Amino acid sequence: MAVIVRIPTPLRRLSNGEEKVEVPEGSLESIIDSLEQSFSGIKGRLCDDRGELRTFVNIYIDGEDVRFLEGINTQVKSGAEISIVPAVAGGKN
Amino acid sequence: MTYVKSLVCRGCFEEYPIEPLNVCEMCFGPLEITYDYESISKNISRESISAGPFSVWRYDAFLPVSRENAVDIGTGFTPLTKAENLGSRLGLNNLYIKNDSVNPTFSFKDRPVTVTATKALEFGFDVLACVSTGNLMGSVAAHGAKAGMKTIVFFPENLEQSKQVSASIYGPIMVAVDGNYDQVNRLGSELADNRNWAFVNINMRPFYAEGSKTLGYEVAEQLGWKSPDNCIVPAASGELFTKIWKGLKEFSDVGLIEEPHTRMFLAQAAGCSPIVSASKSGDKVVNPVVPETLAKSLAIGNPASGPFALETILETDGGAVATPEEEIVTGIELLAETEGIFTETAGGVVVSSLKKLAESGEIDPDDVTVIFITGNGLKTQEVVTGGVNLVKTGPSFSEFENSIGSKANF
Repeated sequence: MAVIVRIPTPLRRLSNGEEKVEVPEGSLESIIDSLEQSFSGIKGRLCDDRGELRTFVNIYIDGEDVRFLEGINTQVKSGAEISIVPAVAGGKN
Repeated sequence: MTYVKSLVCRGCFEEYPIEPLNVCEMCFGPLEITYDYESISKNISRESISAGPFSVWRYDAFLPVSRENAVDIGTGFTPLTKAENLGSRLGLNNLYIKNDSVNPTFSFKDRPVTVTATKALEFGFDVLACVSTGNLMGSVAAHGAKAGMKTIVFFPENLEQSKQVSASIYGPIMVAVDGNYDQVNRLGSELADNRNWAFVNINMRPFYAEGSKTLGYEVAEQLGWKSPDNCIVPAASGELFTKIWKGLKEFSDVGLIEEPHTRMFLAQAAGCSPIVSASKSGDKVVNPVVPETLAKSLAIGNPASGPFALETILETDGGAVATPEEEIVTGIELLAETEGIFTETAGGVVVSSLKKLAESGEIDPDDVTVIFITGNGLKTQEVVTGGVNLVKTGPSFSEFENSIGSKANF
């Protein structure tokens, strides 16, 4: 089992149209790094120059906003699902 | 004709063509419509606006669609009334009420929706959808009915019964979601990605947001082409608040009014006041909260336009007020007793916030102050029905005299 990442429309041009990708478990930071290896440029869309999540990016792990967890350092286990949602749409548990 | 130029990201200023698109691909920031203001100022005057229809469509030069094909159920140009009684109660000499609770579906939401429904038809959509805290879904369902579009609306299942009924009458698919607004909103955004629906406040959001500017235009025109000194506006996502200010600035930019020195005050209920909290602590971003408030129409814990609302407060030297939950109903009652206007919970929040601002001296008694009453009390009757005070009597004169006692010595 791996971690499933759901790719939102604005990023699908980078993911070659893929809506869902699988990555190995680990910290959110390492997951973003492995997304970057597959889809060059995706990290810059999600994180600012300091590596923090951009203001308008919301990331949820199994529905929980990572800002309420440990942000970019949150550990994500196999089987979890990650959603990337623009802040315009909002959303939290 | 329209004067639209493009969509521009409010975060990084990346430019996009006019499409049903709401998020910047580069930074995920929200997109906003830009216009050719030079052409507007050449072609539009106070006279040309005054000669237009008595609705939001008199301002179509500032909207992303023109009035010719409008999905119009008669929205806008609502009364701006001088509130002598409430004003004297609070020691304010120039208090006005912008009463937007008398729109066709009884809230300001008809403004963004008439614009969005029109644009959605233009884009070729045949389904109009929304996520709603109550007022929006009624407006979407009504405009969908008028436009001959199918409608589907999503809302938190704990919503007031009256709001559910006022939407259901127009025949939409009503989806009651087991979750709060922010969760419903997230579901909506994932659906907008996967269905070819015009979600008015998601993929159509840039067009939707523009409709709210008309509140700013109307107030300026109704004050005799002047901007007020203070505006007090309820906030859920914060979009309305920023758009009233944008409306005033646009009118000034094209020379219809002088440069506005309006102070913008934002009102939320204490049980869901993430923008007020951020404003008080000087933050630039809004930390989400879990909403627990009587004011369900304002119950957005993760406000999409929060950062921009904060900018507007700073830019205008305005402020932010969180009304204690127990003062929401007293605000509703105060407005009804003094001005004969029955507003919903959001209006109660605004009136109580006004009271606080007046009492603290934040607002000068001679300032022209406008409060925005954005929704109708009949849609949140549940919060006040406990207070019905009856005199019960038989139908004869003597029975009445006995029952009424000293209650009606007038």
